[in-house]
Amino acid sequence: MVALATPPTVVIVGFVVVPALVIAVRTVGAGAIGEALGSRRVLSIAWFTVWQAVLTTVVTLAVGMVPAYVLARRRFRGRTLIRTLVVVPFMLPTVVTGAAFLALLPDSARGTWWAVIVAHSYVNLAVVVRVVGSAWETLPHDLTASARTLGASPWNVARHVVAPLLAPATVAAGAIVFLFAATSFGIVQLLGDGSTTTIEAEVARRALRYGDVGGAVVLSVAQLLVLGSVAVATSRRQRRSAHTLRGDARPRPARRGIPRVRALSIAAVTAILVAGPLVMLCAASFRNAGGWTSRAWTSWGSGSIRPGISLGVDPWSAIRASVVTAVVATSIATVVGVLAALAVTEMRRGGQWLDTGIMLPLGISGVTVGLGMLVTFAVPPFDWRGQWWLVPVGHALIGLPFVVRVALPRIRSIQPDQRSAALLLGASPTRAWWETTVRRVTPALGPAVALAAAASLGEFGATTLLSRSGSDTLPLAIAGLLSRPGDLPRSQGFALAAVLMGVTAVLVSLAEGRADARHR
Amino acid sequence: MLLAAAATSLVACSDEPSGPVALRLLAYDSFPTEGTPLNDALDAWAESTGRTVEVVTGGDTGTLVTKAVLTAGNPEADVIWGVDNTWLSAATEGGIYADDPVVADVGDVCVNYDIEWFAAKGIEPPTTLADLVDPTYAGLLAVQDPTASSPGLAFLLATIASEGEGWQDYWTALRANDVAVADSWETAYYELFTRAGGDRPLVVSYGSSPPAEVVLADPPRTDAPTGVVEQTCFRQTEYVGVLAGTDHPDDAAALVEFLTSPEFQAELPLTLFVYPADPAIELPQVFVDFAVVPTSPWTIDPAEIDANRQTWQEQWTALLGS
Amino acid sequence: MLDIADLSVSRDEQLVIDGLDLHVAEGEVVAVLGPSGVGKSTLLRVIAGILEPDRGTIHLDGTDITRMPAHRRGVGMVFQDDQLFPHLDVAANVGFGPRMQRRASSEITALVDTALDDVGLAGFGRRRVDTLSGGEARRVALARSLVAAPRVLLLDEPLTGLDRALRDRLATDLAALLRARGTTAILVTHDAAEAEVIADRSVTLGR
Repeated sequence: MVALATPPTVVIVGFVVVPALVIAVRTVGAGAIGEALGSRRVLSIAWFTVWQAVLTTVVTLAVGMVPAYVLARRRFRGRTLIRTLVVVPFMLPTVVTGAAFLALLPDSARGTWWAVIVAHSYVNLAVVVRVVGSAWETLPHDLTASARTLGASPWNVARHVVAPLLAPATVAAGAIVFLFAATSFGIVQLLGDGSTTTIEAEVARRALRYGDVGGAVVLSVAQLLVLGSVAVATSRRQRRSAHTLRGDARPRPARRGIPRVRALSIAAVTAILVAGPLVMLCAASFRNAGGWTSRAWTSWGSGSIRPGISLGVDPWSAIRASVVTAVVATSIATVVGVLAALAVTEMRRGGQWLDTGIMLPLGISGVTVGLGMLVTFAVPPFDWRGQWWLVPVGHALIGLPFVVRVALPRIRSIQPDQRSAALLLGASPTRAWWETTVRRVTPALGPAVALAAAASLGEFGATTLLSRSGSDTLPLAIAGLLSRPGDLPRSQGFALAAVLMGVTAVLVSLAEGRADARHR
Repeated sequence: MLLAAAATSLVACSDEPSGPVALRLLAYDSFPTEGTPLNDALDAWAESTGRTVEVVTGGDTGTLVTKAVLTAGNPEADVIWGVDNTWLSAATEGGIYADDPVVADVGDVCVNYDIEWFAAKGIEPPTTLADLVDPTYAGLLAVQDPTASSPGLAFLLATIASEGEGWQDYWTALRANDVAVADSWETAYYELFTRAGGDRPLVVSYGSSPPAEVVLADPPRTDAPTGVVEQTCFRQTEYVGVLAGTDHPDDAAALVEFLTSPEFQAELPLTLFVYPADPAIELPQVFVDFAVVPTSPWTIDPAEIDANRQTWQEQWTALLGS
Repeated sequence: MLDIADLSVSRDEQLVIDGLDLHVAEGEVVAVLGPSGVGKSTLLRVIAGILEPDRGTIHLDGTDITRMPAHRRGVGMVFQDDQLFPHLDVAANVGFGPRMQRRASSEITALVDTALDDVGLAGFGRRRVDTLSGGEARRVALARSLVAAPRVLLLDEPLTGLDRALRDRLATDLAALLRARGTTAILVTHDAAEAEVIADRSVTLGR
């Protein structure tokens, strides 16, 4: 079992824990702490980061409660479809979402605080609908009915029964939304400007624009500390209050008349809100100032402006870079992830540590993962900054949690009896383990591979720091094209974003479809 | 462990010297990668000395420098071309060079204007920096982001040299006058400029851009379609040097030597449209005819640039960043 | 007291109750018997106002309550699975009704104490509901419905899910309690013996 745990442990310790420690130590050693944290610009960005995240959380909770209610409590045709649709924005690469809102909103919206908050709320709607919704799905209809018979008006039922019972899920959803909004990178890169930006984007800006690695490191450590404490505080609170409920809680059809019209309109509006920006993105790739055109799709790669100089981004090379990176990253993530999942189930205490370690890259933001690797692997013999495989390894780290989360329940569902039976039938312990465990994990790999590939294709933060000249991946190419003021590059950016959206949607629905099939 | 082993073997593979020494020359996006006399000269030299040279472009100068700083000691290439005096301190402090870099070329960053556009509108082109905030020129100027682009930074420095303490007010006024900000010189000059089909007849470019318009004109022409606003110019000196940590220090040094030799430098005016480092090198007639050499360009003491570059960039970003 | 006339109810597009008439007198305890699936629970839900009938009327003390919102009817109900509020302790569960009626807190305390005493759970007020046994939880649910003195109390299978000894004791206690309080009640059960002990008379629903 130790043999199983070794590769994932080496990867996590080597590429996540050590880099995080290195940047923490560098921070303590740097005299730059006061300078970096005391600057007016940093304070104003920190302030914007926090208040936009708080406002995003409030808006997302307020807006998300309505579809969360309808999708959890009401049965209607198309419910499953809308439930899947709502999750799409959350799984899409952030540059795609950013691109979609650039396409949807007027040009004057770029750089406004509300554009950032609207896009953040859009992405995180799924968190509220799914997390609060799944709590709502456990509230028995008779529980609220009994409150009604005790004299509680609908408002009082909501206030005294439903709200307190949904509170833990609401806090959990709110915490997740807050953390995602506070560490947002892709969306503020595309929709924000010099002042409507996050600490995360400022870390990248310091490292890449000013060459100020020390300042970047201090900022990312400060961000880690603050967000880490928010995460710990809310997960504590969540654990304290969990209830078991009994009784029929399945969604029911709305009553005829106004209630049914209301439920169906909420569902329809939700579907339009979710699909709208994505449709606009596709439409924008066929538009320029003059009207409808397919130039963005037909002029790929032709950008020669002067002998020997081609302008900006070559989409084909970006696609090639993304595919190669995704293949390598997915292979690493799958192998390491499955080994980790096996090790986690086989070992007790050590397994828990490993499990937590694997989830780390999700908590630590992408930019910080990239920065940590860049700073750590700068000393021979571990000077790997120029190595091509650093980007896929970064992507693998971010795909790893998905693989483990998909593989773990599958492995855990294997009955111990089966193994004892195999042993009794005369198999050696290793053989028994191979036959009963390893062979049963393999079918679970499809969704895991799809999710890891999707994570790699869309990864933006770590790639921004690790990518080498001339091998930009799709998200970098999209962000580059969209940051250019010209008409054609913009529509090419939209076209590439539409491609990335399509590929991600296919991968995610493959993963979801396989997962659904297994549950049935 | 597996991974580390695999990684080591990969590293070992790429380090294996087999066949001619492959050198990588890192440069900004406007450095041609193939098909110009510059590239021909480069290839000829490479072949005659048993080497190959691949030109890798890595964005505008700012991006180039910060990436090089992040990978200092384990560079993406062997030689870096084009770090200019506005970025030089960041590059040297970041330890990107194996030795002191040498001057590669000289140019002036100036506001250019589209002569035909102004003639057609019956507006006089601007003559000073102060003119640019005049409502007459509202919505006409395109500049580059000084946190990513070297002409962008040079133009910012020109405004700081001119306006002193009041430079932030000047930029606030520029923003109010609807200035367009591009992430690189290529974007500004080849997309936003009216000559390229954009809607900006004023663009931050080079004093030597007009000869480029003549040389590259299709169909050919004998007069320059663009002019230079002389009083907006900032003197820019670009450097070339061996990157610290290269696997081929001697070959890289030989490449730098070639890049600064008269043979290569003579190709610069008509391909990169900059002045050779050595003023003794004879300039082509079309270049002499149409390039503008400002009599008194704006300058800022290199030490002052060193001390304030990041602060200025941050302040500019707060005003206009994206 | 309670008059149900020509009541028809359908669920999931299927008619479950068709033209039912039922009269319950003041202080009377009526058991509704019948096999599962004949709409016994549905009937209680319609009376409570949780479901709407397709057709027919319900009058309570001469007032038509057919379309009245559930919380204004003054009809109490004890559900299967008890449906205690898991985030509230026993006292707060029992005091929920009076609190909704905006009674004074001293009055609520007194009502809760009496009700808990009535169901034999004096001193249970501070207990968390997930620490109660099945029988205790059922008694709390009963106390919660009785505390606000509903005009009609609806009991949906109040003894199912308990073991034999507990059922017998609770049946006797329940019968005594309803009589002592003079509560008008409808009891849904599939157990005729249970109906015998608790109810004054029985009606049987059939297909």
